[in-house]
Amino acid sequence: MLTKRIIPCLDIKDGRTVKGVNFADLRDAGDPIELGARYASQGADELVYLDITATQQDRRTFSALVREIARHLDIPFTVGGGISSINDVAPLLEAGADKVSINSAAVRNPQLIDELAREFGSQMVVLAIDARKSGNQWQVFTNGGTQPTEKKLFSWAKEGQERGAGEILFTSMDHDGMKQGFAIDPIQKLSRLLNIPVIASGGAGRQEDFLSVFKLGEADAALAAGIFHFGQLSLPTLKQYLSKNGVIVR
Amino acid sequence: MKTVIIKYQGGNVQSVAFALERLGASATVTDDADTIRTADRVIFPGVGEAGSTMKYLRERKLDQLIPSLEQPVLGICLGMQLMCRFSEENNTRCMGIFDVDVVKFPAKPLKVPHMGWNSLHNTKDWIGDSLDGKFAYFVHSFFAPLNPCTVAEVTYGRPFSAALRTNNFFAVQFHPEKSGDSGMRILKAFLDQSA
Repeated sequence: MLTKRIIPCLDIKDGRTVKGVNFADLRDAGDPIELGARYASQGADELVYLDITATQQDRRTFSALVREIARHLDIPFTVGGGISSINDVAPLLEAGADKVSINSAAVRNPQLIDELAREFGSQMVVLAIDARKSGNQWQVFTNGGTQPTEKKLFSWAKEGQERGAGEILFTSMDHDGMKQGFAIDPIQKLSRLLNIPVIASGGAGRQEDFLSVFKLGEADAALAAGIFHFGQLSLPTLKQYLSKNGVIVR
Repeated sequence: MKTVIIKYQGGNVQSVAFALERLGASATVTDDADTIRTADRVIFPGVGEAGSTMKYLRERKLDQLIPSLEQPVLGICLGMQLMCRFSEENNTRCMGIFDVDVVKFPAKPLKVPHMGWNSLHNTKDWIGDSLDGKFAYFVHSFFAPLNPCTVAEVTYGRPFSAALRTNNFFAVQFHPEKSGDSGMRILKAFLDQSA
């Protein structure tokens, strides 16, 4: 049986891991390679590394870091942050990244999804969507959640799938950093709407939240950061709990 | 021992090289026919699309070289599929080492690609029965049905081939280089066996 995946996310700034609370208030949570290897040995199913500085100069530093991550890690990992063209992607994949996540650039230029899927295959393309509830709609934001757009979550996710995205990574900005649980309703709706895997993100605070996002939200994977970085929940404890409650995990 | 990784565009070559490095085995990444022919072990990895990759191999005559190799050869993911007879991915004629055709997952009711960790079963031969029930990382939209070469199975909607073997040709649908300890054991088993 295919397992549900647990994905720790590491935000990288100047070569270090940081975690924002509601996309602000950064705190240092350690060395990205050491932390990644620790998660891998504890049973993380994948990792996501987000480069949150992402200037041209930092980009070269980041692909060097990606290479070191690939050297040490024996599980798949996704990299993202500031990717705007095929030229940004090729060096990251050559360095050993398994997938890239694209966000703002795809909203500005949806064709980018088609191009990346054609060039590297859909399995490499994770479409990350940050959205916030506004009235009865989920509105899509770009630029680290600072820029509102015309796009709506469900139609944009569906369009992403049709253009060739291999996975959707949905972050509820309303839930991110709050540690009050995932946004179950839109996650369930996405899971039923799409024929590609859905990674749920934003709001993990307790092990029960992961159980809900898999059982009720029907997510294929769940992503979290701070809850793991600061040791509030360990991966082996979480997996044992999920397994005992009927979720298939590794 | 000289190990080579066959280079081609789109391939996840670097990750395989790093995995061998972690096992203490170094490898040369090359598409040079002589270097491949004289290696002790040949690894044929792959992430990409069947049609364009077969074209790349044909242009370099590697489509003829690979089936003629006599040392142990390991195909990974797309590499495995290209070692089969035919792939439904852009109706591609492949190398025909394994006598089976690669077909697409039906779009419903399963999500495609089959992506993530899935458990191996009915493992035998070089994979070893100690890996029965162990998890490996899969990412693919096409699969090789069960056939006489199948040496490990996996189930996604239906059981299909997780690993194949005929004579000196070994192949896995999953990514051993990304499958944690189980994957490393499988890579080591390939390097260590004496076909």
